[in-house]
Amino acid sequence: MLEAIIQGTLLGGYYAVLAAGLSLMFGVVRFINLAHGDMAVLGAMIALWFVQGAGLHVGLAIALTLPIMGAIGWAMQRMIFERALRGGFLIPILTTIGLGAALQNGMFGLFGSDTKSLGAYIGNLSWASWEIPGGIFIGKLPGYMFLTAILVLGAVHLLLTRTAFGRAVRATATDSEAAALCGIDARRVHRGAAAIAVALAGLAGIFLAMRAQVTPFAGPMLLIFAFEAVVIGGIGSLRGTLIGGIALGLAQSLGAMISPQFSLLAGHCVFLAVLAWRLLTGAAADRGGWRATITALVFHKSMLRGKS
Amino acid sequence: MTKAHILPMPVQDRLILWAALALLAGLAALPLIASALVVDKLTYLFILIMFAAMWNLLAGYAGLVSVGQQAFIGLGGYAMVRMVDAGLPPFPAIFLGALAAGMVAWVMSWFVLRMKAGEFAIATWVIAEAIRSMVSFDPLIQGETGTSITALNAYAPEMRRLTIYLLSLLSMAFMIWGAWALLHGRTGAQAQAIRDDEEAAESVGITTFAVKQRIYVLASIGCAVAGTLWLASAITFQPRTSFGVQWSVFMLFMVLVGGIGTFIGPILGALLFFALQEIFGDFGAWYMAGVGIVAILFALYLPNGIVGLWLNKGRAEPLSMRKLLGK
Repeated sequence: MLEAIIQGTLLGGYYAVLAAGLSLMFGVVRFINLAHGDMAVLGAMIALWFVQGAGLHVGLAIALTLPIMGAIGWAMQRMIFERALRGGFLIPILTTIGLGAALQNGMFGLFGSDTKSLGAYIGNLSWASWEIPGGIFIGKLPGYMFLTAILVLGAVHLLLTRTAFGRAVRATATDSEAAALCGIDARRVHRGAAAIAVALAGLAGIFLAMRAQVTPFAGPMLLIFAFEAVVIGGIGSLRGTLIGGIALGLAQSLGAMISPQFSLLAGHCVFLAVLAWRLLTGAAADRGGWRATITALVFHKSMLRGKS
Repeated sequence: MTKAHILPMPVQDRLILWAALALLAGLAALPLIASALVVDKLTYLFILIMFAAMWNLLAGYAGLVSVGQQAFIGLGGYAMVRMVDAGLPPFPAIFLGALAAGMVAWVMSWFVLRMKAGEFAIATWVIAEAIRSMVSFDPLIQGETGTSITALNAYAPEMRRLTIYLLSLLSMAFMIWGAWALLHGRTGAQAQAIRDDEEAAESVGITTFAVKQRIYVLASIGCAVAGTLWLASAITFQPRTSFGVQWSVFMLFMVLVGGIGTFIGPILGALLFFALQEIFGDFGAWYMAGVGIVAILFALYLPNGIVGLWLNKGRAEPLSMRKLLGK
């Protein structure tokens, strides 16, 4: 039980990195990138190509992959997302689903369908572990990943709160027109945010390639995980994303204790429960709070036909 | 002051309707002369048209962009498998299974229709995934392996092929007619008002939730019927295939390329998608990657699809659901 809790928490760091990019894009650019999971897989594939194809050291491969992913994010924003954003809420959804299909099948065509992993290239890290009192083992890899996740999310947090770029990002996210009036180029800010978001996705993909396998078609599932973590933690705050990621990781590792198949389902259920709770509290607030809502529900059904 | 009245249907539209009727009659007689392969391919085309028409009803006319319609394809199939296992003949089970999926859609609608657009898109997808996991727990389904509707093998292949073909043709005709009737009626006008501006629609007294719910449930039943017909022709039920997100990608592609929010657009889109699959389908993954790229290009540069090309020339939309006023 305790072991599952520790594992779930550590897994949460990985989910938080995966979700942070999605949350950043949604908070700043107001754009839901349904190809976010496929971007993560792309990052993993690029790193794998550096290691397996070019024979580079894993650390060097990661150091090369992240800037490449950032550049891809910048270019995607410049060439695709900016144009899609002008078309209301429908076009971004359609565009990024198309992008997802293109990425998945393109990677399948380039790299084949067999599962790939970085696990064999990181020495004993993939199975080594620390023993803590109580006879519990903590894997070194999940531990380091969690630490990296905290460091990376902390760095992004500092970037957003302490730098001129961060101020521009937050100003654009709050009110892009007012920010534009103050001389901030919203498009540059959006491109910068997209670059960070896709680089974060790439890092998450590399994490996945280290702790398990990746296939070209893993993206949609990763997107679902990222979205679940974002919604559980609340959109637009990195701390919320970390909490959401940990909650998702806990749900999955505790669910896996019941049955291996139950792991993902438990995550989905937590997500749906949080969403339902938000909708319920929102609906109750529209009708004057819980007490008024329950009174209306019990005594005057007609009062319920307010806003819905 | 003369009172404005709604103009009668343009001559052009009447011609299209008569041509469509003649085409349907021809298609119904086709199995008399066509080979088994052609009949199978056409069955698949009808199923694609149903998917496209139903998704367009949701996204194009009610503004509900769902990425989770595969939930009803899978659920309808699962209900069908269960019903056949319980001793029901397979052909009634096609429609009863779809109705069962529609009941689940009705229950879900209370929850999902209160969400904002982006949340709705992904939440419906997550729900489809959750239902898939739960269905895989059923010992009858045998997890990922799936199961076959062996009762269908009791019929002679020729007879089975013909029955599924005619059922698909009838269902497609019924759905297109149903969508037509729905959109020309009060619900259609209300739904389009909601799609264009939800708050304005509410302020003129439209119960937005009820309208969206009606369309969501009907479109889900339609999707489920197309899904169970597909299952009847494929025979094997596998959770990963039936609940796969690729169905939503197909629907989206057909509707987007044909022309979202137009009546004949999705039908044209389905025809084009079918043709592409026939010509380039052998390229496998690269073909699907191409489909994705074409979807991006259409979304960015031609968001009204093939019908948009026609509209851009200043011509009237064929079979428009808008009510034109004249004096």
